[in-house]
Amino acid sequence: MHIPDGYLSPQTCGVFAVVMVPIWTAASKIVKKTLKARQVPFLAIGAAFSFVIMMFNVPIPGGSTGHAVGGVLIAILLGPWAACIAITVALVIQALLFGDGGITAIGANCFNMAFLMPFTGYYTYKLICAGHPIGSKRCIVAAGIGAYIGICFAAFMAGVELGIQPLLFHASNGQALYCPYRINVAVPAMAAEYLLLFGWVELIVTTLVVKYLQKQNFVFYKSDKS
Amino acid sequence: MTLIKKLCFGLAALVFLSPLGLIFPACFKACPAWGEWGTGELQKMAGYLPQGLAQMSELWKAPMPDYAFKGWEAKGLAHLSLAYIIAAITGIALIIGIILLLGKIFVKDND
Repeated sequence: MHIPDGYLSPQTCGVFAVVMVPIWTAASKIVKKTLKARQVPFLAIGAAFSFVIMMFNVPIPGGSTGHAVGGVLIAILLGPWAACIAITVALVIQALLFGDGGITAIGANCFNMAFLMPFTGYYTYKLICAGHPIGSKRCIVAAGIGAYIGICFAAFMAGVELGIQPLLFHASNGQALYCPYRINVAVPAMAAEYLLLFGWVELIVTTLVVKYLQKQNFVFYKSDKS
Repeated sequence: MTLIKKLCFGLAALVFLSPLGLIFPACFKACPAWGEWGTGELQKMAGYLPQGLAQMSELWKAPMPDYAFKGWEAKGLAHLSLAYIIAAITGIALIIGIILLLGKIFVKDND
């Protein structure tokens, strides 16, 4: 789901960079207020976990590969805004050092994986878990479902972002200037891969870690309202 | 053992297992993730290389492209696995460093 340089037009990249600025600003303000100093090492480990879990490419035999992200997991443990910061740091390092995801696409990639994914996943989890204790079976299942929904939604949106490129930007001879695959190809391809395989990888990873940390008496994130 | 220490051991285990993320796709002859093809691959698939994409793809030269050292592409899975582990350690060290530093600067104790 790491969109490389060149697949999105400079205009699209600009839009997402601009959209991300207020999100990053809000994230830093909220995290500054709510994160406790003793939670900072957990956030660092969470970001590092997300980075390394993204290196575990899972193959579709003869097809493409994909991987878990851990974005919803961090959101459940430390809150969606903290997850936004953790995933952003991981994505920036991946782009700058390892060429995984473009530097021009950092805004779009962060929008998908550091914003949409933790937030949709976290609120799905919260909706299902509501009123039940965090260690309950229901909440552990909710964490898995949240993770699945979060990563599939992020993949779907990445497909939309890629798929609108040939509709918006093409040369006079009709050839696409950036991603050449239209939305009717890009969205089903991205969505199917994640709905059928990579979403389940994310679900399993998230469920296992949540279950383990719950046994270890980790203090899970609680928003002020609940 | 504190929970932080346990998690660090878990992280270290993942680092040393990370080459599996390289070896499995190679075993199953899987291609890169959808939409993450290199320019050569895309040209073969689409029949042409989009002009704007060709220009923008040259923008940034990562120091360790694809979690490997430059020129190691043909060296085989053992070398690539070693590079993968070095990349994982480098990435994790930087990420942990950055977040701890951000935490030091911005997070006052909210307890």
